[in-house]
Amino acid sequence: MAGLIVAQAQEAPADAEHTQTPVEAVGDELHTAEEELHAATELHADDHAGVFPPFDPATFGSQLLWLAITFAALYLLMSKVALPQIGGILADRKARIDADLKAAEESRQKTDAAIAAYEEALASAKAKAQGIASESRDAIAADLAAKRAVVEADLSAKVGAAEASIAQTKSAALAHVDEIAAETAQAVVSQLVGEASPEAARSAVAKVKE
Amino acid sequence: MAGTDPIHQFVITDIFPIATIGGDGTEGSGIHLAFTNSALFMVATVVVISLYLILSSSGKRLIPNRVQLVSELVYQFVANMVRSSAGTEGMKFFPLVFSLFTFIFIGNMFGMVPYFFTFTSHIIVTFALSMLVFLTVIIYGFVKNGPKFLKLFVPAGVPGYILPIVTPIEVISFLSRPISLSVRLFGNILAGHITLKVFTGFMVTMIPLGFLGAAGSILPLIMGVAITGLEFLVGSVQAYVFAVLTCMYLNDAIHPSH
Repeated sequence: MAGLIVAQAQEAPADAEHTQTPVEAVGDELHTAEEELHAATELHADDHAGVFPPFDPATFGSQLLWLAITFAALYLLMSKVALPQIGGILADRKARIDADLKAAEESRQKTDAAIAAYEEALASAKAKAQGIASESRDAIAADLAAKRAVVEADLSAKVGAAEASIAQTKSAALAHVDEIAAETAQAVVSQLVGEASPEAARSAVAKVKE
Repeated sequence: MAGTDPIHQFVITDIFPIATIGGDGTEGSGIHLAFTNSALFMVATVVVISLYLILSSSGKRLIPNRVQLVSELVYQFVANMVRSSAGTEGMKFFPLVFSLFTFIFIGNMFGMVPYFFTFTSHIIVTFALSMLVFLTVIIYGFVKNGPKFLKLFVPAGVPGYILPIVTPIEVISFLSRPISLSVRLFGNILAGHITLKVFTGFMVTMIPLGFLGAAGSILPLIMGVAITGLEFLVGSVQAYVFAVLTCMYLNDAIHPSH
């Protein structure tokens, strides 16, 4: 806008010159056209002479200065304050989680150890009980066997004695068989024929026996 | 005319002048330094980023609230970006990448507010930022690797007779990085803002044209809304792209052999 006003201000003396001579007037018209063009371009880019603002070198100094100041400040604030602070929070949290997980793992291992110890105790108790059971069974069996042996020995002794007395009785009985046979024979003969000597009966029995 | 002029939004105006270095004292000579509208938004960007991050995390809550969670998410987003592109060694550049990302991102978001100035729409700003990255890569590359940094231009496993062709290509692509990096950001933001202004400017010029014009101005309105959404996306994506490419270039400085 300022450019337009400047251009108009410059046009005013040109119009004044316009009244002087016709030859000059043609030149002045050209001059005015040039100035109008100039005004148009100035109107487009407010104060910097018709340059596309991002390519205007006049502003580069200020931009670089403030970019350097602000970016350096940002870098320092980030690297010295903000990032260590946030990183610290994250590291603390990670350490806490890791410690909790480690504690959980330790508790689990303790539980496992307790279960293992319990099972071991149970197994040893079972083994001990079995040992006691088999020991007492063996003792009872041995006791029983000893008692049975005693009884058996006693019984066999009695059987032996009985067998001996039976044999004795049998042999004694057998010894009397001849005598009984002779007496029986004498009695039978005397009944049949009247008279019979015991000697003859005895010899007859002995003959039969042979 | 200035109301719908799409270029007007990029004009830098002095808020207060500081000094003129050199020159002969006449208008336009020497280096003019001033606190400008561009500088105002750079300062605003830095203040907003710093205050938000520092205040939101000052509670150091073990269980974060929403405000602190945003800071943590941004931190982890950039940290993962650096770690995945440049490795654990690249984490020494984490503050740089984080500053670049947040500076460009918040600068672009400020630019979406009507009447606010977008400092990333000026090539000198984006070029300075990309030169910062470029020089960091070169200086760190040579300091850390010495002459081995030049292996970057000689890809491993390429037959000797192809090297005279490949090496110049690698050198040119390396040297064009600051240009492509800066022009990508500058071009996207500049073009987006011009498009937005042109389409919404149609409304301003159509409405006084009577009923048909006023009724038809609904079309540029729809476009304006759509482009506003698109510009938010472009602003975020360009900040991300700038940060990711920075990480990849830094990776070259850390591990120069391909």
